Amino acid sequence: MFSSLKEKIGEVLLPGDEFVFESEDTIFLTDNVKPERPVCGPGLRQSGNRLVVSKSGVLRHKPPHTFWMDSQQWRYVPAKAETVIGIVTSKSGDIFKVDVGGSEQASLSYLAFEGATKRNRPNVQVGDLVFAQFTVANKDMEPELVCIDGSGRANGMGVFGGGGLLLKVSLGLVRRLLAPQSDIRSDLEQLFPCELVVGMNGRIWVRASTIQQTLIISNLLQSCDTLTAPQRREQFRKLQKGGL
Amino acid sequence: MKETPLSNCERDFLLRAIEEKKRLDGRQTYDYRKLKITFGTDYGCCFVDLGQTRVMAQVSCELVAPKENRPTEGILFFNIELSPMASPSFEQGRQSELSVKLNRQLERCLRNSKCIDTESLCVVSGEKVWQVRVDVHTLNNDGNLMDAASVAAITALCHFRRPDVAIQGEEVTVFSPEERDPIPLSVYHMPISVSFAFFQQGTFLLVDPCEREERVMDGLLMIAMNKHREICSIQSSGGIMLLKDQVMRCSKIASVKVSEITELISQALLNDKAARKAGGKCGFAESMPQDRITALKMDQTDVEMTNVSQTGSGVILQGDEAPPPTVPSPVVPVPGVGQVGQGLQSWGLEEEEEDDDDEEEESSGDDQVEEVTQIKLSEKDKKEAVVEISDSEEEEVEVDKLN
Repeated sequence: MFSSLKEKIGEVLLPGDEFVFESEDTIFLTDNVKPERPVCGPGLRQSGNRLVVSKSGVLRHKPPHTFWMDSQQWRYVPAKAETVIGIVTSKSGDIFKVDVGGSEQASLSYLAFEGATKRNRPNVQVGDLVFAQFTVANKDMEPELVCIDGSGRANGMGVFGGGGLLLKVSLGLVRRLLAPQSDIRSDLEQLFPCELVVGMNGRIWVRASTIQQTLIISNLLQSCDTLTAPQRREQFRKLQKGGL
Repeated sequence: MKETPLSNCERDFLLRAIEEKKRLDGRQTYDYRKLKITFGTDYGCCFVDLGQTRVMAQVSCELVAPKENRPTEGILFFNIELSPMASPSFEQGRQSELSVKLNRQLERCLRNSKCIDTESLCVVSGEKVWQVRVDVHTLNNDGNLMDAASVAAITALCHFRRPDVAIQGEEVTVFSPEERDPIPLSVYHMPISVSFAFFQQGTFLLVDPCEREERVMDGLLMIAMNKHREICSIQSSGGIMLLKDQVMRCSKIASVKVSEITELISQALLNDKAARKAGGKCGFAESMPQDRITALKMDQTDVEMTNVSQTGSGVILQGDEAPPPTVPSPVVPVPGVGQVGQGLQSWGLEEEEEDDDDEEEESSGDDQVEEVTQIKLSEKDKKEAVVEISDSEEEEVEVDKLN
């Protein structure tokens, strides 16, 4: 059923390209068998038995049924369950206002931190960085963030400590860094030890042992956007040989 | 739109890095970013790239009545536009504080220094003088707009050519560029501004701050100088207290930088002059680099070549007789009407009948042959079953003709 889609995996598609599925006419008497529906990721939209491409990019596939468009952009649009790095802009009443790089500022409640109660407030100042995930993120409502997961644990989220540098990169680079087997991450591991927090809104926070090393990593990451894989490996190799 | 707020960790990091004499992009304390100057096809249009900061200056002129207290001098008008393209915090039309400050600084730098000879802009004393207008548009703000704007403005003024004017008694003739070559303005010297950013109450200074450095700086010192080491304008903002020897040191650094930049401008003007004289292509399209990831260039994609020869020969068989390979001599059936070739009469297709009538009425002989080939090819297109329009360079020419 997905043969027409599978043919185009790895090819560049443009908005407006359509794929039509023939729906099954027979009705199954047993409920065990469900018709195979493709799971559409970003850039693909499904209406009835038609699948329409809405963003230009390369078609990617993950078995069994997941398809999505791999496209490049810099502007972030908040989406539910994505973890982002936000900058606290104001404290008012019970909530913080956080800038995540989208069209609106998101709200983060005082109580959405691990171990926070009305008496025990989190130590967050204006201008601090927070790593949080979206619970509400659609185009009709103000986005909302929380720093705890479903079971109430922080799970790596929360307010940042001091030091380190914040950079802005493209969303494509962020996805490449967060992929399970990431070339860029493995190359970085071989350089020198550093702390890296990657937000899906295109913001990366870096901290290494010295300022020089932090600057090197931040410049490397920003240039990785426009380097091809062999060029990038060349750059890393030059750095390793040349030392600091 | 509000700008992205600066987080505390960024501010702390930048200040600590400056204390260790380290800048974000690896420059030294007194280094400028890469300065690139390109010119457009018109005279007086100039782009300046200072790192990622990009501005464009355009010079234009018109004849106006002079000011009452200066009847023999031309008028210079400067304007810096902060376009929303440059930064999300710049709003179109609104006079923000930064825009007022930049405009004032540019005026003081260029007008008060008398770098342009305004007396030579006078045409008829008391009645008509040239008003030269310099518009600087900011296209991308990555810090230090003032320096980029001053370089762009003075380069555009040096590049500009105004129309030639002849006065014979009472008559004034303004020649168009085709009649007589336009003449350049008389520029006495080139004032260039150099910006110094101060941090930690004047303890540390940086030349040519980038945008993030500008956000954490305490104050800014702008020195406008020319290559003869004359200071044209000096301005300090941000309310920092500077010592005398600090200002002297800055002016020495500025003179070195200004001589380098003036050298660069002269070289760019010479290159442009040589390119125009040689008749080569000049303008922005030529100056854009081609191998950036955002440039309009694609790797070759594979093209379905399996049955091209078959469809090609099929098309040739299906089509009617090919148009004549040589152009027949024009025929004059009626005075005032010229005809080359036989138009579309030889095809005898019903759909083309209306076009046939129109074609015969057109009298220009030169267009006739071209139109014949164009319509012939589109005719072929209708007959082809499958046309693959791909981005391959091999088929590019054919696609153009089909259009």
